[in-house]
Amino acid sequence: MLGRRSTFWLLSVPPLLWLLVFFAAPLLLMGAISLSGDVSGALFNLSNPTVDQYRIVLGEAGYLRLLGISVLMALGVGLIATALAFPIAYFLTFRAGRRAGFYLVLLLVPFWTSYLLRVMAWKLMLGSEGVVNSFLEWARVIQSPLEFLLYNRGTVVITLIYVWIPFAVLPIYAAMTRIDRPLLEAAADLGAGPWARFGRVTMPLALPGAIAAFFMVFIPTVGEYVTPLLVGGSSGSMYGNLVQDFFTKAANWPLGAALAIVMLVLTLVLVAVAVRLIDVRRFATL
Amino acid sequence: MSVRIGPAGIGGSRVPLGTYYAALLLLLYLPLAVLLLFSLSSGGGLAFPIGPLSFDSYASVLQSDALLASARNSLEVAVGSSAAATVLGTMVAILLLRYRFPGQRLLVALAVLPLIVPFVVLGVALLILFRALGLPLSLWTVGTAHTVVAIPFVLLIVAARLNGVDRNLEDAAMDLGASYPVTLARVVMPMIAPALVSAWLTAFTVSFDEFALALFLAGPNPTFPVYLYSQLRFSSRFPVLIAMAVLLMVLTLVLVLVAERVRRLRA
Repeated sequence: MLGRRSTFWLLSVPPLLWLLVFFAAPLLLMGAISLSGDVSGALFNLSNPTVDQYRIVLGEAGYLRLLGISVLMALGVGLIATALAFPIAYFLTFRAGRRAGFYLVLLLVPFWTSYLLRVMAWKLMLGSEGVVNSFLEWARVIQSPLEFLLYNRGTVVITLIYVWIPFAVLPIYAAMTRIDRPLLEAAADLGAGPWARFGRVTMPLALPGAIAAFFMVFIPTVGEYVTPLLVGGSSGSMYGNLVQDFFTKAANWPLGAALAIVMLVLTLVLVAVAVRLIDVRRFATL
Repeated sequence: MSVRIGPAGIGGSRVPLGTYYAALLLLLYLPLAVLLLFSLSSGGGLAFPIGPLSFDSYASVLQSDALLASARNSLEVAVGSSAAATVLGTMVAILLLRYRFPGQRLLVALAVLPLIVPFVVLGVALLILFRALGLPLSLWTVGTAHTVVAIPFVLLIVAARLNGVDRNLEDAAMDLGASYPVTLARVVMPMIAPALVSAWLTAFTVSFDEFALALFLAGPNPTFPVYLYSQLRFSSRFPVLIAMAVLLMVLTLVLVLVAERVRRLRA
């Protein structure tokens, strides 16, 4: 009869194997390929490891610059999405009353619909033959389509903010609902006005949630490639598109692998920073 | 001192938060409403003025074999990968909460990390793996990737539930002669059933909409998001594509809402 101890192997071998073969191994293999100097021919011939690819990544100003731009864009998206989500979380916690749950679901429904479709909706709306331009032409506000609406970094940033706002509400809302109401009453009794209560009680207690929201948006946005692919065009591309290009169009896998490793390391560093700043466990169950 | 603190917080001030919420909600729904509107437009394309409204696009969904095939592909991948992810993720959850062993934290980290690694990185890494193994790209390769990224969701949902299950019940079952696998199947599984259903539905929707990984890993036989992307150049196809997308979106939405409901059920 199988006890706990012998069942251990039944339970641990399948997930361990799956994660090692289809998660750890691919990343290690990618690391190995980034050390190969051979662009064409034998991709998996690793007899002469070299750091040439990393030399190219670090030497080519354009690559690091694009990485910097992507981080800045993600920073902007994270900050603005969090700032826009904050009043929503406040509204749900302190103003919405018993309907808060319903209002929250209403907010999350767009987030649960297809990511691709939501981004595509913006592309279809902002394109030169899209909804906005054709409407303005039809209404005779403009004669020729406004080209600046699509295919630039601004559009990518705005689209990403739009996509993330509902998600950013969640951790802030979670932090705010945990604020003890008696604290606010005590502050009022001691003579604090509405803004003083907000600034000195609500805000400090909601801040961990806001920081969590920021990182939950910021980190995945650094590695984003789908949104720039759809609404960014060539002038709005991000670092992720660079990685994608070297594995598709340019077909330079070793260099692409080195670029991907740089992104992976950066992401892990950012996560390590975030984990130090926020108590992950408090938000994991939401 | 009596101060009207309203519900709480800045209670007394007159910041129009309700208006702000409503405006933001409108902005969030606007693109979706526009998509819906144009799926009903018989004019073709996405330009004003829109033609008379009709369900023609929805009818022509049924006539487009490639479109239907891509939707069926997405369905197959989602069913397969979500089942695999639910089984594997639940195993990790049990290992996390019912065992103590060396390397435990490493296993949990390995199971949670797919949530953190950027999809473009994971996508190209798996592309390299499949090339190295000599496996041609297919729905299997997409499903494999989706299983990896769905495992963290399953782990989080199931572990949260399993945490609240009394371990004495397991001990009791084993004292009465049940083996541990039987105890898991007949005592633990029924108690965490809502979490299992919710995890499975979540994994399903994660896979069903997934584009970033599928774009790298889909072979000649695309899933719906990949097919949708490949057809974006042809503006005359928009209404029928959007009609299909709207139908699938409704399906996903129903599943997500059911998953949320089930997750909040009490035992």
